[in-house]
Amino acid sequence: MADPMRIRAQSSGNAATVRVLMSHEMETGLRKDANGVAIPAWHIREVSAALNGKTVMTAQWGPSISKNPFLQFNIKGAKAGDKVSITWVDNKGDRRTDEAVVS
Amino acid sequence: MQASVLKTGTAAAIAAALGLGLAAASALGQKSTADGIAEYRAMLADGNPAELFEARGEALWKEPRGPKNASLERCDLGLGPGVVKGAWVQLPRWFPDTKRVQDLESRLLTCMETLQGIAPEEVTKAPFGKGEQKSMEALAAWISAESRGQRMNLPQAHPEEKRMYALGQKAFYFRGGPMDFSCATCHGESGKRIRLQDLPDLRTNPGDGIGFAAWPAYRVSSGELWTMQRRLNDCYRQQRFPYPGYASDVTIALGVFMGVNAKGAESVAPSLKR
Repeated sequence: MADPMRIRAQSSGNAATVRVLMSHEMETGLRKDANGVAIPAWHIREVSAALNGKTVMTAQWGPSISKNPFLQFNIKGAKAGDKVSITWVDNKGDRRTDEAVVS
Repeated sequence: MQASVLKTGTAAAIAAALGLGLAAASALGQKSTADGIAEYRAMLADGNPAELFEARGEALWKEPRGPKNASLERCDLGLGPGVVKGAWVQLPRWFPDTKRVQDLESRLLTCMETLQGIAPEEVTKAPFGKGEQKSMEALAAWISAESRGQRMNLPQAHPEEKRMYALGQKAFYFRGGPMDFSCATCHGESGKRIRLQDLPDLRTNPGDGIGFAAWPAYRVSSGELWTMQRRLNDCYRQQRFPYPGYASDVTIALGVFMGVNAKGAESVAPSLKR
């Protein structure tokens, strides 16, 4: 089971700024270990964000995203008290969903 | 003749224009060295992945683990059993129960052994970033974060703490290895840098959130959280010294030396490094 994400969502005006930190190895598949054996690729494939259950953003990610990625975006029309949930799915099929309340 | 004068004139004008351009470029260059890095750090600090380690560390502190199936919540970090807030800025310090001056990591080794029954070798023999070392990194991240914003204030009342300071000072100025380096070679003067990294002057208080007051830290380049033990281990590697033992007296003594010198510096740990 992957570690939880850290999600902060703050409203300003008629939008909310969402900041997400994800805990993930994000192996590219190009690195080799000490014995010269390639380390298999292991990275997030898809990230989606939902506001009160309605999907507002999806992103397709690949091996070029850094380890422990940080993602920031705005959601128009999000108000304080709204629920933002973020889901990621990696190439091994592992997934994680975490939720935060807009402040 | 006239044409030639005109040519010289034009050339001078071009040179002047070029000179201006160069001056502007070098001014920009100066800005992008120090300020650019500061800007980059500020951008990343907003989402410092050390937070992920902090969360893991807090969970580990409260989780019953080891052969004794106990949590670390009764661990005494110097301010009494279970007190975490403010403990970090007073470490390393003397502990009467072990009769030793201990830094955070050596103290955690004691707590893990006495409370949880985890053998210290499980940590000290593990490579950095693997096995029980991972637990240590997360715990160090959380415990140091609990003192974020407080000022370094290491005690120096006990004779052993004074002795460790003197030992740390000796180790700091001790030159050796194939390059005849000491810690002071890089950290014994202000305003030095390696490549683009400013080197803190560790003989005095280098300032808020710099040097001893900045570690543990998340290293962006490797995606790892480095504790002070790992930082020192790598300093010794860079000096081409033999690796110091994990939580050995020399590493603790250097911690006392740096920590006491940094008295009054605001701790920003766990910080963010290149």
